[in-house]
Amino acid sequence: MKTLLLSTAVAFAALTAAASAETIAIVGGHIHTVGAAGDIASGTVVIRDGKIASVSAGDHVPAGARVIDAHGAVVTPGLIAADAGLAETEVGEDADAAELGDETAGPGDGTRDLSTQSKSLTAAFDVQYALNPDSTVIPLARLAGITRAVVTPEYGFSGGRNAQPREALFAGQAAVIQLGKGHALLVRPHAAMVIDLGESGGEHAGGSRNAAIVELKDILSDVRSYKANKAAYERNQTRSYTLSKADLEALIPVVDGRMPLQVNVQRASDIRNVLEVAREEKLKVILEGADEGWMVADEIAAAHVPVILDPTDDLPMNFERLHASMENAAKLQATGVEIVVANVAEGYRVRELRYLAGDAVAYGLPWSEALKAVTINPARVFGIADRAGSLEPGKDADVVVWSGDPFEPLSQPKAILIKGEEQPLTSRQLQLRDRYRNLNTAYPPEYH
Amino acid sequence: MKSSKRRLAALSLLAVLFATGVSVTASFADSDSDHPVPSLPKGLDPDTDTDPFPSTYKPLPSHPTAIVGAHIFTGTGTEITDGTILISNGKIEAVGENLAVPSGYETIDAHGEWVTPGLIDVHSHMGVYPVPEVQAHSDGNEATDPNTAQVWAEHSVWPQDPAFNTSRRGGVTTLQILPGSANLFGGRSAILRNVPGRTVQDMKFPGAPYGLKMACGENPKRVYGSRERAPSTRMGNVAGYRAAWIKAAEYERKWDEYHRKIAHGDRADPPTRDLQLDTLVGVLKGKILVQNHCYRADEMAQMIDISKEFGFHVTMFHHAVEAYKIADLLKANDVCVTVWANWGGFKLEAYDAIEENAALVHAAGACVTIHSDDSNLTQRLNQEVAEALSAGRRAGLDIPEREAIMWITRNSAKALGILDQTGTLEPGKRADVVIWNKDPFSIYALTQKVYIDGGLAYDRHDPNFQPKSDFMVGQDEGL
Repeated sequence: MKTLLLSTAVAFAALTAAASAETIAIVGGHIHTVGAAGDIASGTVVIRDGKIASVSAGDHVPAGARVIDAHGAVVTPGLIAADAGLAETEVGEDADAAELGDETAGPGDGTRDLSTQSKSLTAAFDVQYALNPDSTVIPLARLAGITRAVVTPEYGFSGGRNAQPREALFAGQAAVIQLGKGHALLVRPHAAMVIDLGESGGEHAGGSRNAAIVELKDILSDVRSYKANKAAYERNQTRSYTLSKADLEALIPVVDGRMPLQVNVQRASDIRNVLEVAREEKLKVILEGADEGWMVADEIAAAHVPVILDPTDDLPMNFERLHASMENAAKLQATGVEIVVANVAEGYRVRELRYLAGDAVAYGLPWSEALKAVTINPARVFGIADRAGSLEPGKDADVVVWSGDPFEPLSQPKAILIKGEEQPLTSRQLQLRDRYRNLNTAYPPEYH
Repeated sequence: MKSSKRRLAALSLLAVLFATGVSVTASFADSDSDHPVPSLPKGLDPDTDTDPFPSTYKPLPSHPTAIVGAHIFTGTGTEITDGTILISNGKIEAVGENLAVPSGYETIDAHGEWVTPGLIDVHSHMGVYPVPEVQAHSDGNEATDPNTAQVWAEHSVWPQDPAFNTSRRGGVTTLQILPGSANLFGGRSAILRNVPGRTVQDMKFPGAPYGLKMACGENPKRVYGSRERAPSTRMGNVAGYRAAWIKAAEYERKWDEYHRKIAHGDRADPPTRDLQLDTLVGVLKGKILVQNHCYRADEMAQMIDISKEFGFHVTMFHHAVEAYKIADLLKANDVCVTVWANWGGFKLEAYDAIEENAALVHAAGACVTIHSDDSNLTQRLNQEVAEALSAGRRAGLDIPEREAIMWITRNSAKALGILDQTGTLEPGKRADVVIWNKDPFSIYALTQKVYIDGGLAYDRHDPNFQPKSDFMVGQDEGL
């Protein structure tokens, strides 16, 4: 078994090396570089050794290059799905669980690793260890033009009727992954520390927003104390801290302002509180959700805090989102806030990312800003803008060739490259489709 | 929606009665004076008042209107690139090219815009699981017994659910509100006109048949299995359905016998009325339509067999993510399915969901519709159709938009038993009409005006036609 795995790995590596050495020219497409070169009505993207070598107007095919014809097509950077469960959820949490009540908040069936019920683990919970490259959801996401994702931890509780929220302030640490076949998924661990404040944050702190903020400040103070007194801590000569050593360690980059604190918060007044705490504690903050963000857009912009949002969150789902609006994305962007469009839905719905960007456009977000919100903005916010998020020389060649406007449902990807390697346009779902295309066969579909 | 098999059974019963010389001329309703029918006290006979919560729906004010110059998807499978729709008395009067606008009609210039029938969401929990999502309003699952055919969704509907308004903004003019899927028999659905109402009766679609929510698979067995009671397995589910239909058939027989005796002037003791069995007998009589939550192909096939065993018809399978595996069976049995475009993988019975599901079922000639099951998704049913269509085209299925639009209009009306009333833009039907600024298959398309029974129910550019629920009133006073 071990030998078999090894030889597979070797074969993969050989394949990968061969593909990376290739020179590819994507010719004739309308290129949205999302970089300094802007839009090129008809141009060529040259890819060498997995990186973007050049992007220019006109047809330029270097000698020996393999050509991908993109005349009449649209070329964009690969999309980046923030706030994703990819590679850690094969069979998701039942959408009916909340309505069915606690007894049906089903077990993970062994495929869900985004959260823990552990009582002794909060900030140190780290999604980098359960990434599953064989997840069938990855090819499905790729077929929607998604080439990277930010795998984001969740709280270890699902909203059943009598389910108790876990008393843990932090969900844990997010990681950036790439979805290219044959490469390690993990690109950047420790990309953000994830926490809920507001209503659900209050639930994780005993039932009150007040408690959550006080607890957060207290923990940050503990972390600073621990950081300054590590040796004494090992000798049991410090005051006692509420968190474990692992949790305290995990939070050091947060108090140092090196790791962003991704805060899920909705109500305008809660957003203000978060901005205030960030100022006091000198934290680097990302807002997530922010359904009422548009109401305090100028304050968010002034604080230079980015916002991850689902533009279609327009319902008063609870009392902290009474002013949720389809115009949230457009208003925040117009005020100068850097926005990241993300899909809060789970499972196969990750493929709706491009439609969400289009929905924001329908409600006033400029098209080019919507494309940024699913490419360069998440790359910047999660620290991979040096290698992804735009079509610029020197970056990893994550490129999607679309049959038309990528936000339109009637468009489809024609070619998908990740790190310069063309990805197969296949998935488990497409195989099922083909198996059942013809129902009138002598042998059952299992033979197809 | 009565099944042909059921009709056949009724006819042969009559034949038997005639053959044995039994008179069936004295009907229960008008007995002769020689044999006065001892009427039961009010409420004890299930056949005397089958509509105890009658609709009080009144269409919004309307006046003769001509929508001129639009690209029209009629919902019948055709399109008109520069068409006119005439509306009068709340009904579609005419649809076509170059129609003259009679005097006295308000002309809506829709050149460059698109028109579709009002959309129908065949699977919604608005009102029974309203927003905000709080326990106090969580009224969609009477999860206290696997058979709660006696509960009616309309008795849980909170008419002030703000989501009705956002759904209408998305072009939805008719809704089926269903109980949840905790139970084998979840209860009766309610068909609503998507207009604001003070009471649910104000919203009820006049004359629309009730649906019966049934559920296959994981949900019922998990809910009751976790309580150490049946059903805890799929085979337990099936035993539960069959036991219930046996009771229903027996109940129907007892009432039929009672009514026959009374009609003859014989003395007879009435059976005890049972609300649960009333609903099931409504299905057996073809008056109530089975709306069956069922994900897997193999389970759908078993449900079809159960329907044949007891002589009823399954009108539609809901969330039928594996419908593409049995499209031929669905077509042969005239069963509709309702599906999502993108949802899947959120539980094991949804693991084989594919984007091409709707397109494959449509291409096989079966009846497919697209549903939301979600107060957010219901606002963008047109996009769901576009996504499902696009996947179909990727697979080489050449389905035109004018046909795909039927997945949220005509076919949906058929599956709710209201195709004679709405679902297409045809003369004589209720004038449920949506005007879009762009092709509704574009992600950028937004509704401009939504008409229900000819009355303007929503206008994107006029705040007077953007109703707000009581719950939202004054919520911005403190801002």
